Amino acid sequence: MTKIKSKTLKVAVAGNPNAGKTTIFNNLTGARQRVGNYSGVTVECMEGTLRRGGLDLRVIDLPGTYSLTAFSEEELVARDYLLHESPDMVINVVDAANLERNLYLTTELLELGLPLIVVLNMSDTAREKGLTIDLAQLADRLGAPVVAAVGHRNQGTEELIETIAKIAVQQADLPRPAGVCRQSGPGVVSLAGVETGGDGALVGFGDQAEGFIKEIIDYLPESSHCRWLAVKLLEEDPEAIKEITDPETRSAVAAVAARFADEAKEASDTLMPAMRYKFIEELMELACRLTPRTGQTRTDRVDRVVLHSVWGVPIFLLMMFVVFTATFTLGNPLMYLIESGFDWMGRTIAGFWPVGAVSPLKSLLVDGVIGGVGGVMIFLPNIVLLFLAIAVLEGTGYMARAAIVMDRFMSKVGLHGKSFIPLLIGFGCTVPAIMATRTLETRRDRLITMMVLPLMSCGARLPIYALMIPAFFPVQWQGPVLWSVYVAGIVLALVLARLLRATVFRGETTPLLMELPPYRMPTPQNLLVQMWTRAWLYVQKAGTVILGAAVILWFLTFFPKPPADYPVSVEVLAAAETVTDDTQTDPLVFSAIQDEGLRQSVELSYSVAGRAGRLLEPVLEPLGFDWRIATALLGAIAAKEVFVAQLGIVFAVEEADEASEDLRSQLRRLYSPLVGLCIMLFALISTPCIATFAITRQEAGSIWWAIAQSWGLTVLAWIVTFGVHQAGLLLGLGVLSGGAT
Amino acid sequence: MPLSKVLEGGRATLLSISGGRQLRGRLAALGLLPGTPLEVIQNSGRGPFIVGVRGSRIVIGRGMASRIEVE
Repeated sequence: MTKIKSKTLKVAVAGNPNAGKTTIFNNLTGARQRVGNYSGVTVECMEGTLRRGGLDLRVIDLPGTYSLTAFSEEELVARDYLLHESPDMVINVVDAANLERNLYLTTELLELGLPLIVVLNMSDTAREKGLTIDLAQLADRLGAPVVAAVGHRNQGTEELIETIAKIAVQQADLPRPAGVCRQSGPGVVSLAGVETGGDGALVGFGDQAEGFIKEIIDYLPESSHCRWLAVKLLEEDPEAIKEITDPETRSAVAAVAARFADEAKEASDTLMPAMRYKFIEELMELACRLTPRTGQTRTDRVDRVVLHSVWGVPIFLLMMFVVFTATFTLGNPLMYLIESGFDWMGRTIAGFWPVGAVSPLKSLLVDGVIGGVGGVMIFLPNIVLLFLAIAVLEGTGYMARAAIVMDRFMSKVGLHGKSFIPLLIGFGCTVPAIMATRTLETRRDRLITMMVLPLMSCGARLPIYALMIPAFFPVQWQGPVLWSVYVAGIVLALVLARLLRATVFRGETTPLLMELPPYRMPTPQNLLVQMWTRAWLYVQKAGTVILGAAVILWFLTFFPKPPADYPVSVEVLAAAETVTDDTQTDPLVFSAIQDEGLRQSVELSYSVAGRAGRLLEPVLEPLGFDWRIATALLGAIAAKEVFVAQLGIVFAVEEADEASEDLRSQLRRLYSPLVGLCIMLFALISTPCIATFAITRQEAGSIWWAIAQSWGLTVLAWIVTFGVHQAGLLLGLGVLSGGAT
Repeated sequence: MPLSKVLEGGRATLLSISGGRQLRGRLAALGLLPGTPLEVIQNSGRGPFIVGVRGSRIVIGRGMASRIEVE
């Protein structure tokens, strides 16, 4: 390999979905990857590095696209990257077994005028299919080097790296091709050393169209991709016109395109794609020999069962059942391990202080940091396993089938078939569920799914239900009540999705149109890399944003401290049920309180959170809530299950957890079962926890989506709970059930 | 006749697509153009509609399949 100057080269990997792009990318970069985010978009773009000899590459795995016409968010991302980030080289991964369709993108990429390497992936499958490809001929006709590879067996990787190095050397010697479209070739330094025919263009669009293309090129500023742009402008691509900033040029170009559409009539729409395919068909005839193969493949036979109009749904549900059972049976022992690890850490740290000592630092470390981060990290084993399962479903090709099976049902509420899996994960934890929306292809579907996801009752809400339901409902009603709360969330999510589709995300529904990739054995490396990068993102989140939020919320509940002579209000004491009549006439001061639980209760009511709770009381009063519930709900913003602990402090109950009978009898004393139900509904619907907020901000690419989600849901929670509470009151259901068990 | 009427295992050639520019563009990128030979792989009851196009398998909605004219 030749030594070249160590300049970092940007290499973009582009290709059709399912062409094995990610496998090639993984082969090149190994585990040296991170999730890259471009121009604030949510589409997953992996970035990796490769250093070899003098070669220093930054490799970007672009989203899979069929063309460079921006029909979806992914295509827009890929295209914007290629146009504006000016990569030094493009690696076009092409599925050899599906060459004709894959080369369509190649013809477009070549017009961009960037140095290009075609990687003929899965050449083994192509051979099995009876397809022999003449690589030299292909390279010759395309004017770009072609490398054969079998991605999942890591074959061809070395050759690809060598080819990259060769092009890098040539690039270092040559000035960047500029204005290539007016002189020669698509700007590719051909290793075959053969220039492409004609006037330099790869695909000719016929005399008529070429005339118009020339006309448009004359309006455009000099650039390597002006031919590509001119073609897109002639096709009246709405995104392409945005590339032109000058309004005069814009209208001039639009006029040319309109004239073309007028003259070419019907054909104007499909002329360019048709000519591209004509070029490809000719190329295929020259470079490939195909033993014609028709009829049913093995994939078709499997799909006949898996996509059956009757059996499809049960098979999908069974698969989901297996995935979730496996995730939880395998994950739970590890979960306990992590939980006891954090418990041990908490105890060890608490052990540095004498027993019973009250220290802000101890509380910050034990309750704030360990409690907050631990609460999120506990879910890590389940999340890792879930991501592994998703990687398997995606890698084998079943995910595409699952989307099709569920689409009939999901499209009725304005969601995509693929939304179903994130929604299912939402019952575990909303954070990985929002990350799992990455499998959705359009931004609109992704955002709708993200917005309604918190309505799936996550695992952290279960402690709230587990505390409230036995407190207010007789045994025979407990199951049905729990079930109705879950169902209420699902129904609300579906209604909200429908509503969002009809308002904020209005527009033409993306009709079902997708490629069915053949079933494949995923490579262990791919599965692990995919699982690991996603899980690591989750860990990072827990270590940064969630840690920060937990500390802030801890401060809000811990400070300020009441002064020693703070007169404790009767109300606080009454709630704690520890006072007798004589103390009411002579108000107690804070320092006089002996009982530790009561002290904490008074401290909380004096803290910022307690005051905020009081401040919120008038707003929440129509829902049947008082300041205690309000304070506990504020705590739930840190993590939903904090509600239970917070309520325990408010009521001065020692060691409150979801099984605390003490706390339950306190609740029964003050609230009716109707209010109990309202609390659960509000906790379910209102603003998701801070971790969800953080992940939504990141995944939606803007803090405004996260704000819209949390406020929108809070308003929805208020409306629903208000409705339920007032209706209940009218029906005479607001009666206290009394303190008796 | 519309593509949706073609029985399983049947072959046809695409004639025209009635739909917006967007739809025609998306179909074109996937290789569905006037003159393209198609093979209906699955078409039963309310299940998905699968066609073989240029060596790949494409799922299309039934509504869309009825807007694709073939012979």
